[in-house]
Order: sequence, then C-alpha cells, then structure tokens
Amino acid sequence: MATLVDFRAEKPNWCPGCGDFTVLAALQKAAVNLGLEPENMVTVSGVGCSGKISQYMGGYGFHSLHGRSLPVATAVKTANKDLTVVAAGGDGDGYGIGMGHFLHAVRRNVDITYIVMDNHIYGLTTGQTSPTTDKGMKTKTSPTGATEEPVHPLQMAIMAGAGFVAQGFSGNLKQLTELIEKGMQHKGFSLINVYSPCVTFNKVNTYDFYKEHLVNVDEDASYDRTDRFAAIKKIEETNENLVGVIYENTDRLAFHEAISTFPEVPIAKNDLQISREDWNKVAAQFK
Amino acid sequence: MIKDLGWKVGGAQGEGIDSTGEIIALSLFRLGYYVSTYRHFMSLIKGGHTNYKVRVTSELTNHHGDALHMMFAFDQESINHNFHELVNGSILVYDTAIKNAEAPEKDGVNVCAIPLTDLAKEAGSPIMKNMVSVGVTAAAIGLTPDDFRSVVVDRFGSKGDEIVESNMAAMRKGYDYYNENFNHRLELPDRPEVKEERLFISGNEATSLGALAAGCRLLAQYPITPATEVMYQLIKQFPKMGGAFIQAEDEIAAVMMAIGGNYAGVRTMTATSGPGFSLMMEALGLSGISETPLVIIDVQRAGPSTGLPTKTEQSDVFAILYGSHGEIPRIVLTPRNVEECFYYTMEAFNLAEKYQCPVIVATDLYMGMNKQTVSSIDFDKFSINRGKLISDEELAELEKGAFKRFDVSVEDGISYRSIPGQKNGRFVAMGNESDEVGVEMEEPVLRTLQMDKRARKLANFNDNAGFDYAGAANAELLLVDFGSTGGLQYEVFKALEAEGVSVGHLTISRIAPFPMELAGYLKAAKKILVSELNSTAMLATLLKQQVGEHAKYESCLKYSGDPFLFEEVYAKAKEVADSLKKEVTL
Ligand SMILES: Cc1ncc(C[n+]2csc(CCOP(=O)(O)OP(=O)(O)O)c2C)c(N)n1
Ligand code: SF4
Ligand SMILES: [Mg+2]
Repeated sequence: MATLVDFRAEKPNWCPGCGDFTVLAALQKAAVNLGLEPENMVTVSGVGCSGKISQYMGGYGFHSLHGRSLPVATAVKTANKDLTVVAAGGDGDGYGIGMGHFLHAVRRNVDITYIVMDNHIYGLTTGQTSPTTDKGMKTKTSPTGATEEPVHPLQMAIMAGAGFVAQGFSGNLKQLTELIEKGMQHKGFSLINVYSPCVTFNKVNTYDFYKEHLVNVDEDASYDRTDRFAAIKKIEETNENLVGVIYENTDRLAFHEAISTFPEVPIAKNDLQISREDWNKVAAQFK
Repeated sequence: MIKDLGWKVGGAQGEGIDSTGEIIALSLFRLGYYVSTYRHFMSLIKGGHTNYKVRVTSELTNHHGDALHMMFAFDQESINHNFHELVNGSILVYDTAIKNAEAPEKDGVNVCAIPLTDLAKEAGSPIMKNMVSVGVTAAAIGLTPDDFRSVVVDRFGSKGDEIVESNMAAMRKGYDYYNENFNHRLELPDRPEVKEERLFISGNEATSLGALAAGCRLLAQYPITPATEVMYQLIKQFPKMGGAFIQAEDEIAAVMMAIGGNYAGVRTMTATSGPGFSLMMEALGLSGISETPLVIIDVQRAGPSTGLPTKTEQSDVFAILYGSHGEIPRIVLTPRNVEECFYYTMEAFNLAEKYQCPVIVATDLYMGMNKQTVSSIDFDKFSINRGKLISDEELAELEKGAFKRFDVSVEDGISYRSIPGQKNGRFVAMGNESDEVGVEMEEPVLRTLQMDKRARKLANFNDNAGFDYAGAANAELLLVDFGSTGGLQYEVFKALEAEGVSVGHLTISRIAPFPMELAGYLKAAKKILVSELNSTAMLATLLKQQVGEHAKYESCLKYSGDPFLFEEVYAKAKEVADSLKKEVTL
C-alpha cells in the first residue's frame, strides 16, 4: 500500500501561505485514501503557479501548456483507462485560455478529475485580472476595478452536463480531501473548483473572507445535490460562496463506456501488429 | 511522352460527378489499367462547377495528365471551363437537356449532343444520366457495359438487384445510342499485364492505412478539408484493432491529445491542413522539449488563412520547418506520391518514437484527395520499432526514484522513456526546461546541456535517404522538387531525356533533417530548376540556405490553386535547357 511519502515529489515552491499547498496535500491524501499506487496515477497540469502541482505530486506528471491540461488528460485516460487521471490548473488556465477545452471536456465526460485552483487572479504573471476576478476588484490590469462579468464555472459545468461538481476551500483540508476522493471515484468528468487564496496578489479573496462567507452544503441535510436546478439556485443564492458536493448525477456513462466499440483492453496494452488476414480485409476495400 | 487517354466529366456539385468519375476509374483499374485521377471542386456542397478527370495509362503515373480525349458536360459551365483541354481527335459529349447549349468550334473536336437525361428517364430515372454516360464511354473506347458491371454491383448491390439492373439498363442505353449514332472511336493505351496486386486509393486513404499498419491506435482530429478523409478509415478499422477516435474541439486540443496519447504509450496522431497546423505550433514545441513522440499529418492546401480550401499548394514549408517558438529537433517527410503517403506515415511512427520528437508528414490536397493505381502496398515493410522504452525489469533494478527520463549524458541524445503505469518510472513531461527527472529549472549549465542533448538526437540521422536521383551523374540541367510535384517532374525528366537533353531529376522526400548528401547533385549541375506550388520558391530558398549555388537557380512556380500541368513545367524546363545550349554555342 502506498503512503503519503509515495505521493510526494519535489518540495513545493509556492509563497508561504499559498492555498495551493492545501490542494496538493488534499490530492496526496485522497490518493492514499483511495489505495492508489503512484505509478497508476497521472497528474496533468497547465501553466500558472497552480500548474506546478504536477511536479510536486508523486506519480507520473505532465506539466503541459497554459490552458491545455484537459486535452492531454483526456487522451491519457483514453489511451489507458486503467490509469487515474487528474487535471489541474488555475482559474486563468481553465476558465480563460482553456475555457473551450473545459466545456468540451465536461460534454465528453471523460473519466478524469479536474481541480481548479481558483484564486481569482493571475498569480504566476504577478497579479492581473482573471476570468473569475470579482467585478470591481482592482488589479494591475484593472486599475479602476474589473468591469467584466466573472465566469461562473459551477453553473457552467452543471448546465454543460457535468456529473460531479464540487467546490472546496484551501482553509479546509479535511473537506477538500473528501471532495477530491469523491471526484476521483465518480465515473466520468468531475470538477472540483477550489477557492485557493493567492496571498500575494489577491487581498480581497482571502482566507478570512472565505471563512466568513462560505456556506457548507455538505452539512445541510435538506440539500438535494441530485437536483440540478436546486443546485443552480443554491449557487446563486450564496453568490457562489459555498463548498461541498454541489451537484451529482451518476446516470451518464463516461466517454470510454459510452462508445459501444471502445476496446476492452486499455489501448496502451494493445498488440500493435496487424495480422495478414486483417490486412487483406482492409486492402480489399481498395480493389 | 506517355501514351494515355484522358477522360472527364463535369457538372454542378451535388450532381453525382464524383461517383461517375469513380465508376469509370475503378472499372478501368479493375481491367488492369493504371489510372490517375483529379477532382476539381469547390468549398460548397451544392452548386458550383466540379469535374473529375481520369487519366488511363499502361504504366504507373502520379499525375492526372494534361490531355483530354473525352469530356462529358452536364451543364454549359462544364463546356466553358474544360473545352480548351480537348485535344485533336477528342470527343465532347453534352447533354441535350442543357438549354441552348453552345460548344465552340474547334477542329478535331467531335461534338456529340446526346440526350443523356432523356435516355436515363427511359431507363427509369433522370439521375442515371451518369450511367448513360458510362455506357457512352464504353462504346467510344471499345469496351462493353459488362466491363463496368462489377463496380455497379459493388456500388448498388446493397440496394437490390432491381437497382443494379436499372443502372445496367441505363448504361446499355448510352452504349447503344452512341454505337447507333456515332462512329468516332478512341484508343485505349495497351492493357498492361497485372503482375502484382494493386490498389486504387487516395493519398489520404493511404496515409490512414499507413498509420494503421504502424500501430497507430488513437486519432484525435478536427475536421478540415483536405485532411478530413484521413479520419474515416481509422474510425472504421479501430474497433477491430483496439483503437479509438476522439473528435477534438479544435486543432489545439487535437494536437495536445496526440501528445497525451503518445505520452501514455499509444501511437497517436492527428491530421490537419494549414489553418489547423497554424493552431498547433505551440504544441510542436511542447513535443520537442518534453521529448514526447508526435505524428502530425499536414495535408497542405492553398493558403494563407482560409485561402482556397479545396485547392492544392505546397506553401506550408516554412511553417512546418520553423513553426513554433524556440528550437526543437523535428523530422519533416514529404511523400511524393500516394504509395509514399502510406510508407512515410508508417515510418513516421517509428521515427517519432525512436527520436522522441515531432514528425510531420507533409502531403497535399492533390495527392491526398485523388485516387490512383498504386502497386500493392507492403504493410510489413517497416517492422514496428518503439525505440528506447525502458522495461519494467530495468526500472525494478534501479534505486527508488533514480530513473532519469531526461538523462543528459546519453551520447546519442536519446534517453530512455517510461510509460505511466510502470513502477519506479516516474517523471514529469514538461513544457518548461527541466532537470533530468522533470523538475523545472533555469540553471544555465544544465539548460545548455539539455538543449545540446535534444539537438544531438538528429545529428546523425540516416534512417532514410531523403531523396532520389535519376539521370546521368553530371547532368547539366537538374530538375528538383519535393512532395507531389515529384511524379509530374519525373515525366518531364523522361521526356527531356528522350530528347537528348543532359538532365537529372532530384526529388526530395525529407526536408528536415536536411539530406545534405544531395548537395553533390546541385554542385554538379549547371542549372537547377526547382518546381514547386508556392509563390516564394520555398524549396529553392531552403536549398540555397543549406547548399548554396545561388547563381544556378531557376524556378517554376504556380500558386493558382491548381496542380501543375505537364506542359507548364516542361516548357520552363525546355527554356532553361535551351539557355544552356546557347551558353555553349556562345
Ligand atoms: C500561451 C500562453 N500565454 C500566456 C502565458 C503566460 N501565463 C503563464 S501563467 C498565466 C496565468 C496564470 O493564472 P492562473 O491560470 O489563474 O494560475 P495561477 O498562477 O493563478 O495559479 C499566464 C497568462 C503562457 N504561459 N502561455
Ligand atoms: S503568487 Fe499567489 S498563487 Fe502564486 S504561489 Fe504565491 S500565493 Fe500562490
Ligand atoms: Mg489564478
């Protein structure tokens, strides 16, 4: 059985207090709790402070391009369905430059878990407006306050057909670990948006801010997370300041399950050689 | 000059022009002839002029030929558009259903007004005018409707015997009508003896078969003319071969998926054309620096931007050679004919895994979308070689965490690769410069070592020759080309050689790494004529940069969207050959 040590790699280089430490810790704990072996886990990340998580996480990693973790993760899972695949990155990475891939990954329902370290700011590039920056917040690129409507990733994921949508907070390692575990167990695409404060460039969305405002739906016995309209309502009512499993629907088949002709054996384990007999059949179409 | 018979049908898009052309081409193929075809079409689904040319020969050609001996026009535009191609002794058939049809007067063109639509109606349906045309063709070239029967059965058999028979009846109507009313006959070239199995196949189809034979089992692609057809065979065959297809949301996703699939141990590719290739540039660099194998097929079309989506060009050269910021090793293959689309695609997968870098197979619309006879394809020609993959046993012997995916000390620059799922093989594939395991770093010495390591990989590349040469060793006039222009220029070369011109033909199939061994031919020649389908002489520029000999170059360029005609290249080559003769006499 693998232990936490097996899921540790390089020592993280984030600013002291950065929310991403907690995300990494939660991911490591979740992997251990689920009994995963590091060699069977792949963490694919985009580019940003958050994107460095693939270097710090044990198991295989792919630190890809800004905004492009999801297509890579999609292909890794399709190539070898036996692997546990996590995609991870920032709010700019996932909801800015990678927004197209995000919605399509939801639709495609590939069996991967997508963790977005949402700090409402571009961290690595030192503090510009991000797609989730609150209206009115001043940043280096919005000196008079952001004017654009922020994207609403939770609602978008639900409306696009996601089967598992959760939100966590870097101030609550225990809950975040549970959310990631559940997301990884979900068969199909799971989104875990994490409020992961950037202590250096975002002085608005701080730990204290979230501690004060977050509503925990996991503690609300009356909350029906299988009702998508109730979920949307709750998200709007709380002004997106909620944590927990917000929406869950286990009806949809994952990408590799939904394709009736999808190979039984993981593609990566396939024999590449074609028999002469098969080849003759292929060639016969051109005679 | 090669003896041939040129046949064409033209009409509005959506009128069954392609299927008419294919019935003729496939039937003649089955009779043992070599056929080359060319489809002229537009980026529309209905309407707009389209035509399908078939060139019939008794030897292999990779060009659809200039000469037109028989033309079927389903509308006036087809007459206007193609009449000038008709040679002495040719036949123009037009449908009497065309209102106020007008055919120009030209000596030697036999104009036959035939009620194609009416005869089809008599046989059961006006849409069978194409089968009537096939019957007319049979009569004019000395074949019988039965010679076309097998193709009709294959096409319509699934719709029932009745449909097959009514199509045959339509064909017989055309056949009888021509025999009763006209006596002009065309001569087919000699029917060659069929010694080996052959295929009637397009470059795109050959490309997908090459991928299949190479063990490609994952394809990620976004539709684009003229690369779309690369998908279809793979989508069809994958279920039986244990593979899968992902229709990506765009080409950035497609190429990133191709990288992800290869990283996870599956031979994965993507195919595209110029606009999509432009979107893939950042990812090319990722494949290069992360040393992840990648195969991209670029079926070039006329650019820039959307350009001419249904027309051919060889103008992605610099994008393919240099596209993406920073410096990476890359391999660029330029198959010169349909058969090579198969072999080079197959080889591309071995090269991508051997060198752990991107391999781009640059074909083009001309050979990609047009079918022709090729001699049988040997799917065993390349055995699958996956390069330096470290085994589970080797990993088990290493100390925990000691595996160095990006080991800079390897002499050939190629370090061992592990695949997710292998114990003790952890590494991080990275877009950042990294240390030997996959941790980003900006340390100057190691950075330099990593760059050098990657550059070393292709330093002694000799997996294939990269070019072919025909002709005398010290030919004065050297004809140079790459990609699909090779087939045509070979014919030009043969024609000039037969005329006694001191000529050589250098045809290039790899532009990166550059096959420096060809330099001797450029140095030996007095004049170098480079024929290419672009406006800025990209191949010639590359040759000058790599080899020099700047004063010797002449270019034959075309960028109208249409492929070269024989006559265009021949005339230019002749002009250069004549100028050489003058130099001698001066
Ligand atoms: C194509 C491309 N454009 C721009 C960049 C520069 N860039 C790197 S990270 C980043 C934004 C990071 O913000 P986010 O994704 O929210 O991650 P964070 O640093 O906040 O974790 C940008 C714009 C890049 N690497 N690649
Ligand atoms: S800049 Fe912000 S996001 Fe980046 S490491 Fe520091 S605290 Fe974290
Ligand atoms: Mg951010």
